[in-house]
Amino acid sequence: MGEEHIFIVRCGEVALKGMNKPFFERMLAERIRKLLKKFDGVSVYRHEGLIFVRADSSLDKGAIIREISKVFGVASISPAAECESTMEAIGEAAVRYMLEAIEERGIKTFKVEAKRADKNFPVKSPEIGRRIGAAVLKGCKVLKVDVHNPDCRLFVDVRHDKTYIYQDKIPGFGGLPLGTNGKGMSLLSGGIDSPVSTWMMAKRGMLIEAVHFHSYPYTSERARDKVEELASLVATYCGRFRMHVINLLPIQEQIVRNCPEEETTILVRRFMMRIAERLAVSNDCNMLITGENLGQVASQTAEALVVTDACVNMPVMRPLIGMDKVDIMDLAKEIGTYEKSIEPYEDCCTVFLPKHPVTKPKLERILESESRLDCEALIEAAVASDEVVTIYPA
Amino acid sequence: MIYLDNSATTRQHDEVTGIMIRCMEETYGNPSSLHRAGLEAERILKEARNQILRASGMPRGRAVLTSGGTEADNTAVFSAARAGRRQGKKIVTTAVEHPAILECMKHLEEMGYEVIRLGVDSRCCLDPAEAESAIDSSTILVSVMQVNNETGAIMPVDELADIIRAKKSPALLHCDAVQSFGKIPLPKKADMISVSGHKIHGPKGSGALILREGLHLKPYIYGGGQEGGLRSGTENVPAIAGFGLAAEMAAKDMKERMERIARLRSLMIDELKAKTEDVKVSGPLESGTRPGECCASVLNVSFPGTRGEVILHTLEQKGICVSTGSACSSNKKGRSHVLKAMGLSDRDIEGAIRFSFSGYNTEEEIKEAAGAAAEAVRSFRKLGSFR
Repeated sequence: MGEEHIFIVRCGEVALKGMNKPFFERMLAERIRKLLKKFDGVSVYRHEGLIFVRADSSLDKGAIIREISKVFGVASISPAAECESTMEAIGEAAVRYMLEAIEERGIKTFKVEAKRADKNFPVKSPEIGRRIGAAVLKGCKVLKVDVHNPDCRLFVDVRHDKTYIYQDKIPGFGGLPLGTNGKGMSLLSGGIDSPVSTWMMAKRGMLIEAVHFHSYPYTSERARDKVEELASLVATYCGRFRMHVINLLPIQEQIVRNCPEEETTILVRRFMMRIAERLAVSNDCNMLITGENLGQVASQTAEALVVTDACVNMPVMRPLIGMDKVDIMDLAKEIGTYEKSIEPYEDCCTVFLPKHPVTKPKLERILESESRLDCEALIEAAVASDEVVTIYPA
Repeated sequence: MIYLDNSATTRQHDEVTGIMIRCMEETYGNPSSLHRAGLEAERILKEARNQILRASGMPRGRAVLTSGGTEADNTAVFSAARAGRRQGKKIVTTAVEHPAILECMKHLEEMGYEVIRLGVDSRCCLDPAEAESAIDSSTILVSVMQVNNETGAIMPVDELADIIRAKKSPALLHCDAVQSFGKIPLPKKADMISVSGHKIHGPKGSGALILREGLHLKPYIYGGGQEGGLRSGTENVPAIAGFGLAAEMAAKDMKERMERIARLRSLMIDELKAKTEDVKVSGPLESGTRPGECCASVLNVSFPGTRGEVILHTLEQKGICVSTGSACSSNKKGRSHVLKAMGLSDRDIEGAIRFSFSGYNTEEEIKEAAGAAAEAVRSFRKLGSFR
């Protein structure tokens, strides 16, 4: 005891997936193993529907918990103590555990919640609770029982060979293990929204590939560095991924020369979508992902989204569509991309920003404008200029 | 690469790199150590210090070696403010100083000092008459740069010294000479002068605050008592050695080199005027060494109707390095405080580009850069005109 840290990792929805359960669990354990590879002396294994992580006691408990909580599909994590499944051993371990909790957190009241996965264990759950509670009261004189509002809930989980004791359930992000739900091509800008939308789809088990559009030299190379840094923050959750980088300037120039100013943004958006779709098809992605959010800007009104959508056949996932901006910002802060997103960059060029963009574009009119461009050639040239970078977790 | 951003920093002379490498490999002793290795390092320091003082035209002054121009500025401003606080709380500076001065001033204001920032005219020149009415017997510090880093305008530093004397003001006169050192003769009557190594083909992380003979300051950084107690911390011997050599080299060919650079500057103006429609020089048009003229190493121009940053990136694609405003602030939001103080329109500020030259530049480079800039301006305006 005390020689290693033990963590119990619970899978959320994964437990509901019937016949697929072992597959999901395996994926999840695999992801955890991968993320913890940077620590020496960690083992990850599955046992009775739970995932156990054991780590050398010299390792930082907090750092390990932080890594595990980044794995999609993890419902909660508990640092735990382990003992033999006998009432005597459990009682001793519980006292030891609570003495530590008193020292660390100054708790005064507690409640025992026991359950037995091993139904052959001779004592029933309520009785385990009572007897262990009595043992703790005897062993820790300062503690009182409070069944309604305790400072500490002491969980006792009696399993076949061992019993686990823990108090906290540190919530994970939930979701499903990566790689269990296809692959999406995410349009990644340097803003607040697109890293969040990418993260949300990855959380549902989707593998990620990304495309970033820029207008160099009308945008700076530092802006591109910023996107790569943002992407690598997202990669801490969804693992290494590929990002396509495309210069839109040739297309923007043609649009500015030939099309009405107020339509510029929506026309550019349509080109982005079509280019992203081509890249998606050639890289085995099932769908596109954008950070669009209903009504946030002129190109994200209902009418504009209809016009944008009309140019691609692939489903477009917009996980942020119904969220408020403040909620998106909160989520960005929670997943750690916000600070990077708001770093200032003169995303500089006003030449491509119309003064009064259309907010209710009509598809016919947009198609008429596009008929003045050689769209196919422009898209092909853009796709041909594709530059691929690999994004590694930060 | 065509490097025309020499006011941001310069390419280090090979000779400087050489002496620094030797210093790192062979003379790595601590100058404060009593043994021979320490002594050798100390000799290098002494030699570099003399080189810097000779180059500054103040051989009898005292050079406090610092980590660069910013530290020299901070030392001068805060030490003078502290020393003078019983005599008065008034400080006079200009609205077009480098942030290394302006940010110190903001801090002093928070501490209760009164700071007067002299304005400039549309050519970035200072009116001594305005200074005359600002300086009085409660003024304890006047801090004025010799050459403005964005426009190259030369400020009347020695005239300010005369005003301080005439008004019987106790004020110390500090001059930020980071952009002028090695390019034009330094002011003769300043009490403190800041200089930097990396603007004259020396290493980054080297600089000095030069004090006139007999001036005593309180320490700014406390510790082991290096630099006569004024600036503690083990000396950065290789950087200082490199700085010393760079200073000596700059002083040696200053006149001849600056004449050549002045020709490059006029060539750039002529080429740009010939190849683009609408181009404005911000700052004094004529280069020279006197107040009101422009230090030839800097040329700030505006191409109205364009965005300086886009021009910069377009030039960068062709391997040409320039700057918009000052390098220290080009990645912050907001427009150049210098061009604003000159009363330039937003349109002119947005389209501003700074070319800054060194002895390494050639006529061919200038012609090529001017051609590329004109091309960038034309294509930007063409695109803009569709709007």
